[in-house]
Amino acid sequence: MKKELFELLLRVADDHLVLGHRVSEWCGHAPTLEEDLALPNIALDLIGQARSLYTYAGEIEGKGRDEDALAYMRREREYHNLLLVERPNGDFAQTVLRQLYFSVFMHGWWREAAKSTDETLAAIAAKAVKESVYHVRHAAEWTIRLGDGTEESARRMAAAVEALYPYTGELFETDAVTDALSKAGIAPDPASLKAEWERTIADVFAEAELALPGEAWQHSGGRKGVHSEDMGHLLAELQHMQRTYPGLTW
Amino acid sequence: MVADTAVDRAKAQAKATQAKAWAAAAAVPDPEVPCVTVADLGILRSVEIADDGAAVAKVTPTYSGCPATLAIELSIETALREAGFEARVERVLSPAWTTEWIGEEAREKLREYGIAPPVEASGSIRSLFGETTVACPRCGSTDTERVSEFGSTPCKAHYRCSACLEPFDYFKCI
Repeated sequence: MKKELFELLLRVADDHLVLGHRVSEWCGHAPTLEEDLALPNIALDLIGQARSLYTYAGEIEGKGRDEDALAYMRREREYHNLLLVERPNGDFAQTVLRQLYFSVFMHGWWREAAKSTDETLAAIAAKAVKESVYHVRHAAEWTIRLGDGTEESARRMAAAVEALYPYTGELFETDAVTDALSKAGIAPDPASLKAEWERTIADVFAEAELALPGEAWQHSGGRKGVHSEDMGHLLAELQHMQRTYPGLTW
Repeated sequence: MVADTAVDRAKAQAKATQAKAWAAAAAVPDPEVPCVTVADLGILRSVEIADDGAAVAKVTPTYSGCPATLAIELSIETALREAGFEARVERVLSPAWTTEWIGEEAREKLREYGIAPPVEASGSIRSLFGETTVACPRCGSTDTERVSEFGSTPCKAHYRCSACLEPFDYFKCI
């Protein structure tokens, strides 16, 4: 089960590192000062969660890789994050909606993972679930404010709904790794979180006066390391310091 | 009888040593909120003397990504060394830190410092606009508004008092 647990920790850590990096790109560019504080705060939470997961993944793997080795010294195909989190920030509406889709999912995931039979994962989750409440609230409040805002903000939110919805199917994908771990009570079955996710999203969209997207073709591949073109650009920036000066510390 | 006294004395000595180590570590102020100590906030969980004589402090982070965690760990280690101990700091994640560990005295210290203390543990994600009533730490009015749930540090939200018009930090509940 160690192999499966390592793979799962890596997936979730990669989701958080990559999204944390994306959200941190707003630092100094957010539309208001409060958002310029909020977004980097959220990015810090995400990267902090990634660090705990990478550290534990390294221990499980037992090959001496620490959080930095896992975060900075792998190749693109070795990152198993969702395609959703590597989407470029786009406008503020797209960033907000990406946050909503992801954090509503993670809130349920962390809540269930806090009951894990694996003590370390349960401890990381018990901490993260409380942080994720704030992320969901932040994204939901903005979705409502912008969806039910001006004609322009509503148009942008609607465009974001359409652009990002095809990346949500991946959240609930299952495979041999998730099946084995959910059977063993180590990690939640992602598919089991779908109904709750849809309900929460529908509630927020109703309040935001946004139409729910219909059935759409869904992208897939992130969990197998098959990424969009944007991922390479993201990694170039994320890794360039460690690649230029391997093992650098300060 | 003699042996009993020697055992008692050794026990008393061990207790005194542990208490001295705790006192040294517990006095470390929080780097971002220096009016309270790491013990006041419940960040310092325990200090024990290990078999090798080293003082082992257990520390829990407030938020997973709190940048102050490293500074806090270093300060505690330094404080223990200055008190004459070999020191080790271990990070513990479970049980997860909660604002409920902040005692009444520390809440008063926060208020005097200008930070509204946490009111109640965080609600569910369903309470989208669920406002908690936060009293202004300066004038005491409850006529306050939340500017942003994310303030100057991960643990604080940004509020404004509608009565005295002062902006203030609110130590948010988790």
